[in-house]
Amino acid sequence: MAEPLLELRGLRKSFGGLAVTDDVSLTVVPGEIHALIGPNGAGKTTLIHQISGTLAPDAGAVIFAGRDVTRLPLAKRARLGLARSFQITSIVPSFSALENVALAVQARRGSSFRFFRPAGREAALNDEAMAALAELGLDRRAGLPAAALSHGEKRQLELAIALAMRPRLLLLDEPLAGTGAEEAERLVRILTALKARYAILLVEHDMQAVFALADRISVLAQGRVIASGRPDEIRADAAVRSAYLGDEDLPEAA
Amino acid sequence: MGFTWRSAALPLAIFALLAAAPFLGFSQGWHFTMLARGMVYAMAAISLMLLVGGAGLVSLGHAAMLGVGAYVVVVMDHAGVVEAWKVVPLAVAAAAAFALLTGAIAIRTSGVHFIMITLAFGQMAFFATSSLALYGGDDGYTLYNRLELFGTRALEGRMVFHFTCLALLVLTWALVTALLASRFGRVLRAARDNETRARAVGFEPYPYRLAAYVIAGAIGGLAGVVLANATEFVAPAYLAWQRSGDLLFMVILGGLAGPHGALLGAFAYVLVEEWLAKLTEHWRLIFGPLLILCVFFLRGGLISLPQLLGGRRDG
Repeated sequence: MAEPLLELRGLRKSFGGLAVTDDVSLTVVPGEIHALIGPNGAGKTTLIHQISGTLAPDAGAVIFAGRDVTRLPLAKRARLGLARSFQITSIVPSFSALENVALAVQARRGSSFRFFRPAGREAALNDEAMAALAELGLDRRAGLPAAALSHGEKRQLELAIALAMRPRLLLLDEPLAGTGAEEAERLVRILTALKARYAILLVEHDMQAVFALADRISVLAQGRVIASGRPDEIRADAAVRSAYLGDEDLPEAA
Repeated sequence: MGFTWRSAALPLAIFALLAAAPFLGFSQGWHFTMLARGMVYAMAAISLMLLVGGAGLVSLGHAAMLGVGAYVVVVMDHAGVVEAWKVVPLAVAAAAAFALLTGAIAIRTSGVHFIMITLAFGQMAFFATSSLALYGGDDGYTLYNRLELFGTRALEGRMVFHFTCLALLVLTWALVTALLASRFGRVLRAARDNETRARAVGFEPYPYRLAAYVIAGAIGGLAGVVLANATEFVAPAYLAWQRSGDLLFMVILGGLAGPHGALLGAFAYVLVEEWLAKLTEHWRLIFGPLLILCVFFLRGGLISLPQLLGGRRDG
């Protein structure tokens, strides 16, 4: 297997007496989608927070692109190429869709201590932002205030922001949550296309999507990785089936 | 939030009115005093708007920036230095330095804590000036002359002073408008609306906010210089927290959508205050409730009035 882009080593995090992340180790290699699944409360989002830098782990290390980033804040990890989407959509509501994405382009293109030139007229920023929007099929909505977009469009906008960062790794926290069947299908197609360019750590409840997309799946239960492997291995794993209390969630092999 | 003719129409109209005022019969001494007061507060309110509306930093200590600028004029006057090209840069630099020192600490906090810390720094400056016995202490300091311009007494002329104030006000408005539309302003606005999002794309808000605080402080210092020269008197009362409250009120009264809101708010505040004070000596009894009504019914401030009357287009 290739040199991992992201490596978690023995990550631990407790809130009070509750171990929410309990000795988690996993890797994401370039070009793969590694899906993280598990029942509600398994600690998936807490883990994403620790990888992106919104939460500090109590113990363990986060290695990104060969560098220990465990103590780096969110903004610095973002500049290193770690882009994340949030479980609850996080956009700038007063900005237009285009300006939301242009902000991300601006973050990696030159200094933002520029005081006089109107940023909204910088073609270099707008062109790249528009390209990212087009990739998600949002280019026609570019001029709308982000707050006016539908829920599904906001999810797509968040993904466009992440792409505009030109990251090395995408951390996606339930990108399909709350989207309609048609939008979900679109997003799955988009994610499939993205796979060639980015390594992706995907947290998702939609098992159909997970088993269609993932190269590897890790199952989290009560803060621990109880299984990790290829989709067919996970499907056959007894511990996984019991963690999900019945197996109706796991799609059968086609 | 870039420059649009629609958002520029109101400021340009106000600037035109100010330019025309002396020729439309408003040429009494007290007219000039009132207009200068309006322009000084408009400059201060616009700089405060950069913080409140632009960066989401609600400062309750902005009067201290004006005070620092005004007291530099006093100190230099006492030392016999009255040349504008020496005093003005010094006053602006002093206010910027004060903003840098206090902002570096205050901006580490947010929300109510930020309000309290800026209030505390403002009060520190207030008490510090009160104790300056050399410069009149609580009683203040009378300036017998305005600053000199290249060794001339040009600023003593009402017209020259009026148009100097106006030029500085236009400059302030143009500067803050440009800042908010720039890359810098975009980062400020993003961090104001969604700090986590700003961080997640790679922006640490702190240095941007601190820079905004210093710029607003520098403009405040400039307004303080103008205030000292308009009134030819400087007292610690200029730095009192009530003054900061007045400025904050002007900004909110006008509306936070852009610098034109602060501009309108400042003039509305000064003119209504002036008008009511002429009407009755108990003018505060009317002014207070009026302000409360504005907050209740004009959520977007005075600049949202046309939309409100024109059928509530965007709530």
